[in-house]
Amino acid sequence: MRSRRPLAATLTAVALCATIGGAGAEGIDKQSFNQVEKGRYLATVGDCAACHTLPGSGHELAGGRPLETPFGTLVAPNITPDPQTGIGAWTNDEFVNALTRGTGRHGTRLYPGMPYTYYTKLTRDDALAIRAYLNTIPAVHNAVKSNQLPFPFNIRWGMNIWDALFFKAQTFAPDPHKSAKWNRGAYLAEGPGHCGLCHTPKNFLGADKDGQRLQGYNLQGWFAPNITNDTRRGIGSWSVDDIVSYLKTGDNKMTTTTGLMAETLNLSTSKMRDEDLKAIAVYLKDQPGQNDKPGAAPDQSVMKIGGQIYADECSGCHKSDGSGTPALFPTLKGSPAVQQTDSTTLLRVVLRGAEAAGTDKAPTASSMPQFSWILTDDQVAAVVTYIRNSWDNSAPPVSAGDVHKARQAFVERSD
Amino acid sequence: MTQKLPHKDAVIIGLGWTGSILAHELTDAGLDVVAIERGPWRNTGTDFSITYAQDELRYRIQHELFLRPAQITVTFRNNAQQTALPVRNWGAFMLGNGVGGAGVHWNAETWRFLPSDFVLRSHLTQRYGAGFLPQDMTIQDWGITYEELEPHYDAFEYLCGTSGQAGNIQGKIQPGGNPFEGARARPYPTPPLKQGYGHALFAQAAQQLGYKPFPQPAGNMSQAYTNPLGVTLGQCTYCGYCEWFGCANYSKSSPQTTILPVLVRKSNFEARTECEVTRINLDNTGKRATGVTYVNASGEEFVQSADLVILCGFQLFNVQLLLLSGIGKPYDPKTGQGQIGRNFTHQTMSSAIGFFDKDQYNFNPFVAAGAIGMCIDEFNGDNFDHTQAGFVGGGYIGQVQTNGRPIESTPVPPGTPAWGKQWKQALRDNYLSTIVGGSCHGSMYSYRDVYLDLDPTYKDRFGRPLVRLTIDFHDNELKMSAFLTDKYAEILQKMGAKQIFKKPRKGPYDVTQYQTSHLNGGAIMGDNPGNSALNKYLQSWDVPNLFVQGATAYPQNAGYNPTGTVGALAYWSAAAIRSQYLKNPGPLVHA
Repeated sequence: MRSRRPLAATLTAVALCATIGGAGAEGIDKQSFNQVEKGRYLATVGDCAACHTLPGSGHELAGGRPLETPFGTLVAPNITPDPQTGIGAWTNDEFVNALTRGTGRHGTRLYPGMPYTYYTKLTRDDALAIRAYLNTIPAVHNAVKSNQLPFPFNIRWGMNIWDALFFKAQTFAPDPHKSAKWNRGAYLAEGPGHCGLCHTPKNFLGADKDGQRLQGYNLQGWFAPNITNDTRRGIGSWSVDDIVSYLKTGDNKMTTTTGLMAETLNLSTSKMRDEDLKAIAVYLKDQPGQNDKPGAAPDQSVMKIGGQIYADECSGCHKSDGSGTPALFPTLKGSPAVQQTDSTTLLRVVLRGAEAAGTDKAPTASSMPQFSWILTDDQVAAVVTYIRNSWDNSAPPVSAGDVHKARQAFVERSD
Repeated sequence: MTQKLPHKDAVIIGLGWTGSILAHELTDAGLDVVAIERGPWRNTGTDFSITYAQDELRYRIQHELFLRPAQITVTFRNNAQQTALPVRNWGAFMLGNGVGGAGVHWNAETWRFLPSDFVLRSHLTQRYGAGFLPQDMTIQDWGITYEELEPHYDAFEYLCGTSGQAGNIQGKIQPGGNPFEGARARPYPTPPLKQGYGHALFAQAAQQLGYKPFPQPAGNMSQAYTNPLGVTLGQCTYCGYCEWFGCANYSKSSPQTTILPVLVRKSNFEARTECEVTRINLDNTGKRATGVTYVNASGEEFVQSADLVILCGFQLFNVQLLLLSGIGKPYDPKTGQGQIGRNFTHQTMSSAIGFFDKDQYNFNPFVAAGAIGMCIDEFNGDNFDHTQAGFVGGGYIGQVQTNGRPIESTPVPPGTPAWGKQWKQALRDNYLSTIVGGSCHGSMYSYRDVYLDLDPTYKDRFGRPLVRLTIDFHDNELKMSAFLTDKYAEILQKMGAKQIFKKPRKGPYDVTQYQTSHLNGGAIMGDNPGNSALNKYLQSWDVPNLFVQGATAYPQNAGYNPTGTVGALAYWSAAAIRSQYLKNPGPLVHA
């Protein structure tokens, strides 16, 4: 429940706290190393910085960059301890409610760009640990206008209906039939890690489609791939160690990281503990895939042209058999990224090029050059269809029209 | 208005191979390091992308990756009686520009010098007597031994992923390797490249003649390789676009493919590109460097102070900067006194062309790599008895054809018209069945009248005198070149060539004809300040907080490509800075 202390008293308390070094409301002990450290780790798992820190600003968590949603733009607010523009004046209950219930300070509703739909799984202890950590970061005075949505989405009241339809407040409950490791993984992936925010398909109102959890979603010019145990499109062909290696270093025997996941890797997963990554891997390996049968083979004339383009333009690095080179040139044979139902990422990488994320453990950070200026729509369609349907790969063909649309969409993107 | 910048622990001038290695080593030691580079930043994906890297016109003919002579050039003459004139289009050597330096555009031949090369004067004097050397030859010992350098050769090769076949592991001669090489601690990190037909045929013929052919050590990867820093290189595709080009496939050793990805992640490293250092600043004693002055692309001048200055530019510009900064005493060829500019050397390259029967031989010359090829080392350094030879020195001989690129690879027999129908037919008949890439990689020893100084007339855009090259071939080198070329032609004969045309190096030294970019000396290393500019750790005798990297330190050139030794010396020097200098800054060798 929200504190009912008079406002003046709260302000006094805040001022006092500020003078003794910015300690947070209600006496969370900044000296409690264990709690602060736990909170720091959970804030890393939760990747708060991805949205709440404006890249290049140098001001940690003092307000983020515009977050694109299908409904308009949201900007993540300032969550430093600044009492006026941050959350320094918030009570613990207000903080926990915002984090796990999507309830703003004065009862307003948050938009689910803030993944309270996932953070609701957090235990109160973990939520308070995050608060304890946030109390220790430098307070930055920075007023952020979060809600930049157009009418009617800018009316927060509407979120009451959305929450009633799609949000269920529920702290994580371990499944007694599963191992402790599985449960830890489930907690991290479904709670603070909020994998599904990007990887689960959404309905027309932007809520997760529960029946298709982790089966992939198109956002911000990328397709966040299927991460169920599906052998062709998901992580079914990866071992637990492959998943851990990917999340830790950005590389594994098949692929390397780019796009939005590169940021998640750098800010979050590469800094997570190996046992936690292993737990997430165990949990993901237990998410059933669809394992639908391969579709009909594409038009052989397209495959022939695609094969010729592949030999000329791609095989130097990815090799004629699509095997690539670990940590440098992703494997295309058996690659889930290549076989997603939605070809957005594949087209984006071919047309615009991409740079792999470098990490301390895998610093190579190779680049894929852009081919938009060399290949026509027909040629891109042919080579992409070829890659999606060679070496036992199978995925729907891509048409020149798809390429044309993608080209237009990417031209408009500044990122 | 000169702006003074916050102090750094170390400033590095030039971010090529040696600058990258020193930056990595010094940042690992905890130093706050800034590198100042004259040219632009260069990345594989954006600067030599696979979608356009193989463009011979752009890179080979129009010199895309090289320094523009309008920005800075050099003047040249053959001897002191001539007036030097500015070079307006690069010819005899290529001057790299930008991050990665010559490490971007090299062929990646990654050799070690012979143990006797490092003690050359003592060795030759001991074997042949003091009177055997020409009077005006100024070769000398390096002040360092092969054995001291071996661990650092190893470090550089394992950084690069060098592909090769060891010839001598811990004193044990290995079949298929170079039996003349110094002992190495362990094999090359990756196996040798696959060889083309022409290369293999050369090896077969050489063997029949009693030689011991071996694959050239290559920084073109025979297989994917992850180096000790965790950076991965890809397998070479044998596209034949190496020298003059950046490698688009991440398969040629370069700072970009081996070390920069790690360096750029470090918070105590910073690079400032398109910034040209105009001077190394000294304090009022003249014995201590206080930092550098540089100018950025907007023409603004900055002073960067630092405790340690590491000069990592190209050889010619290292010497020029020392002269312009008043460090050391300029060399005077009349008296032989002074060290800066002395013992300038290049290389003595020659070759022979072999035309083969087109119905029997197809060499597919376009399937190649920068350091592909088979070589023999019987006639290098002092691997053979020079008593009757009439010269000293030598070089490796190899069938090292690096490419069959369309613009330059136009072999036609002498006497063919230079254009028109007959030329076209001759090219059609010979392109696939000619060996043009053979190489006699001859040494060039140092002489009293071959040197560098500041030009009295021509100045750069800052009004600084250009560096002046005074260089010509001496009889010793020309005799050696003729000898090596004959040996190579004998092998071509054995291979089955129907026509052979020898091209031994002839004087005078021609600044328009490409040889190699292996310029050396001018601020050489040695065992005392009377015979050298640098001590054995590449530390300036005159200014102990200045270290000068690269082939600038070579007292003379050996019969090999120099980069392996450049890399080894950089690691050697960095180790001395880390283990000795930082603990007790000052001269590491007391004169």
